[in-house]
Amino acid sequence: MRVTLRIKRFNPERDEKQHWEEHEVDVEPNDQLLDALNKVKWYDDGSLTYRRSCAHGVCGSDAMVVNGRNRLACKVLMKDLGKKVTVEPIRGLPVIKDMVVDMEPFFARYRAVKPYLINDNEPPADRERLQSIEDRERFDDTTKCILCACCTTSCPSFWANGEYVGPAAIVQAHRFIFDSRDMAVHERLEIMNDTMGVWRCRTVFNCVECCPREIDITRAIGEVKKAILNGGVGG
Amino acid sequence: MNYHKFDAVIIGAGGAGLMAALYASKNANVAVVSKLYPTRSHTGAAQGGIGAALGNLEEDHWEWHAFDTVKGGDYLVDQDAADIMCRDAVGIVLELEHMGLPFDRTPDGKISQRPFGGHTNNNTKQPVRRAAHAADRTGHMILQTLYQQCIKQDVQFFDEFQFMDLLISEGRVAGIVAYHIDSGELHVFHSKAVFFATGGWGRLWNITSNAHSLTGDAPAVLLRKGYPLEDMEFFQFHPTGIYKMGILITEGVRGEGGVLINGKGERFMLKYAPTIKDLASRDVISRAIYLEIAEGRGINGQDYVYLDVRPEVVNKYLAEDGKTNPDGSPRTISAADIEKKLPDIADFCRTYLGVDPITQPMPIQPTAHYAMGGIPTDVDGRILVDAANTPLPGGFAAGEVACVSVHGANRLGTNSLVDLVVFGKRGGIAMAEYCNQVELPPLPENPEAYAQAELASLMANPQGIPAAKLRKAMQEVMMMNVGVFRTDQLLTEALERVRELKKQFAHVYVSDRGKRFNTDLLEAWELKNMLELAEVTTLAALNRTESRGGHARDDYPQRDDVNWLKHSFIWQEGDNFRFDYKPVTIGRYQPQARVY
Repeated sequence: MRVTLRIKRFNPERDEKQHWEEHEVDVEPNDQLLDALNKVKWYDDGSLTYRRSCAHGVCGSDAMVVNGRNRLACKVLMKDLGKKVTVEPIRGLPVIKDMVVDMEPFFARYRAVKPYLINDNEPPADRERLQSIEDRERFDDTTKCILCACCTTSCPSFWANGEYVGPAAIVQAHRFIFDSRDMAVHERLEIMNDTMGVWRCRTVFNCVECCPREIDITRAIGEVKKAILNGGVGG
Repeated sequence: MNYHKFDAVIIGAGGAGLMAALYASKNANVAVVSKLYPTRSHTGAAQGGIGAALGNLEEDHWEWHAFDTVKGGDYLVDQDAADIMCRDAVGIVLELEHMGLPFDRTPDGKISQRPFGGHTNNNTKQPVRRAAHAADRTGHMILQTLYQQCIKQDVQFFDEFQFMDLLISEGRVAGIVAYHIDSGELHVFHSKAVFFATGGWGRLWNITSNAHSLTGDAPAVLLRKGYPLEDMEFFQFHPTGIYKMGILITEGVRGEGGVLINGKGERFMLKYAPTIKDLASRDVISRAIYLEIAEGRGINGQDYVYLDVRPEVVNKYLAEDGKTNPDGSPRTISAADIEKKLPDIADFCRTYLGVDPITQPMPIQPTAHYAMGGIPTDVDGRILVDAANTPLPGGFAAGEVACVSVHGANRLGTNSLVDLVVFGKRGGIAMAEYCNQVELPPLPENPEAYAQAELASLMANPQGIPAAKLRKAMQEVMMMNVGVFRTDQLLTEALERVRELKKQFAHVYVSDRGKRFNTDLLEAWELKNMLELAEVTTLAALNRTESRGGHARDDYPQRDDVNWLKHSFIWQEGDNFRFDYKPVTIGRYQPQARVY
């Protein structure tokens, strides 16, 4: 089938501002949007620029706004997008070229939540730290995050204030706060309780709707809020 | 000149590169350079598990793991290296847990383990639960955990820098040249040591589980600079890729009880591997699928078969096979178990196929997956420049790009992850030691010259052939002719075609004429590298006149230990190629017939 891709373009060496360009392309119904973009890039206009790698929704490279909603280009099929598809870079991060944005502000917020296990006790010498199936389950959902930025860049609170840590960083914080092996719960909750922390979430649910990993982000944020109010994660 | 000085530069930020960085940076000043953001690396796509004889659910021994690795590799594995890998695996999986990796747990709180292809109880020959897992995203969790630790340890990253050249002076490594993708400028990294952890080159084939980024840039550059590559004829086709797309469906599906079914509704692996059935080695299963299809037993006579994990089907066969849980109760699987243990697989099938694996079988075909060969190294990651084990001073490599060789002619499932953490760590430690023993060599004259010339020649044609056209032609011929089954005729045709494509490459043009984020230019350069590797892969496959592991020659169907129990090394010398051979290191296990 023939579709029109309406793409928001920006070339930093040529353009003063973003503008729309249309490309017609033949696709199979089961093609990914990434396949369609590749066809344009490979055979029509090599300057069309986007990040991509794994091409099956696990590396998190190709987040973009597709028909108004944040998606991974490799995780949405053409048959679900209609005959005219709009494609724009994700919002709230500086655009470098076409769909490529500067991810550094996003990763800076990720690093700000100390995204690593903190446990200064010597681990047992010849075996693992034990963890019950139930304790492991408490943070299972938030271990799925691939740092694609779909959630954070769909969040009106993040658009309004780029200093807000944003949903992705809170998901990462949740992953450690609720890990029974982590010893820095209070330090983490303090970071989350900051003015740029978890209270900026207005439960708009954009993040949940667009997460390609189907993480229940608003629930995770709610659990972090509750932990702050309770002064810990409880039993 | 954009100039950086470090003790060591690591190229690639997947599992091997990050593990090397964690260890090397304890004792040396290290930079990690990657063409991607680290968390985009393909280690993150690994699904089913990491093998280690923890024995958490049943009796197991690292020696059993080593034997399975040697047998899986069709006796081309260097057994000293396999011993090190399988012995170190136990401690290193525990170390990953200590770093915070969220493994699934057993009821008593230990790391959970599942069966995987070719991993056996050496006494009973039955599958053993050895693959430590975090649902079906084990690689994702390894990549995330190692990256988290690198942040904690303040490792310095140069993200989105494309490696272009290895610098050598006074006979030793002196650094690299990398292309900064955002600015389009070259950067010189002056260093005592360089560590290649750039992964594989599955994009040579048109049906592949590999990311777009896996184009073999580093081995191609090394080849051009006169260094050898080892065992390039051995490339693994994973039996279960999603039909037409190649997206991987983990062996963990069969570990959980899933079965392969042909067009007549038969569980055909009973014929090919009566003892271990659907959990035979990958090469064995990929060939079985091709044979079924060739004999008209694909689904509806087409070129695919089914992987079936529907609970009613699995439970029927689990009962037939008499499978039990550790407590002796009969093993069964429910729809909820599949959602819990294989969530990503269920998601891939629903997203890309519109197939729900709980109620429908999955159409699959073999997919190009893993390079057993690569840059020759010793067991501490040192790059070797000949078959006599002469090291390249300051040169290191680990992970898929390297050939230690722990995978021999066919890699066992889970062993890629074992390989990259074990040898990433060992290489990282050895590299830091090296850096503390030597002075920084001088830079060669005009260090950027080669990279500049490459970029200039790629931009020289104002019009011509798009790289994508040649890439597609290469991928198709590699799939058809240098795939699961090979013959002299198929390989000779492929060689001619690849050489023709190499000639046509002179007419490739890059339509993006800009400097910034010119991925059009990068794709052209990557194609040049892939064509190089396609040629040596085909040459090495033509050269090896036997069938062993992942290299199956219809015209030489038997393994030939008299003439071919040896590793091949290939060198490029101008327009010619040269081979040399290195004996396989045999240890406790003498080669024997390979039956599953």
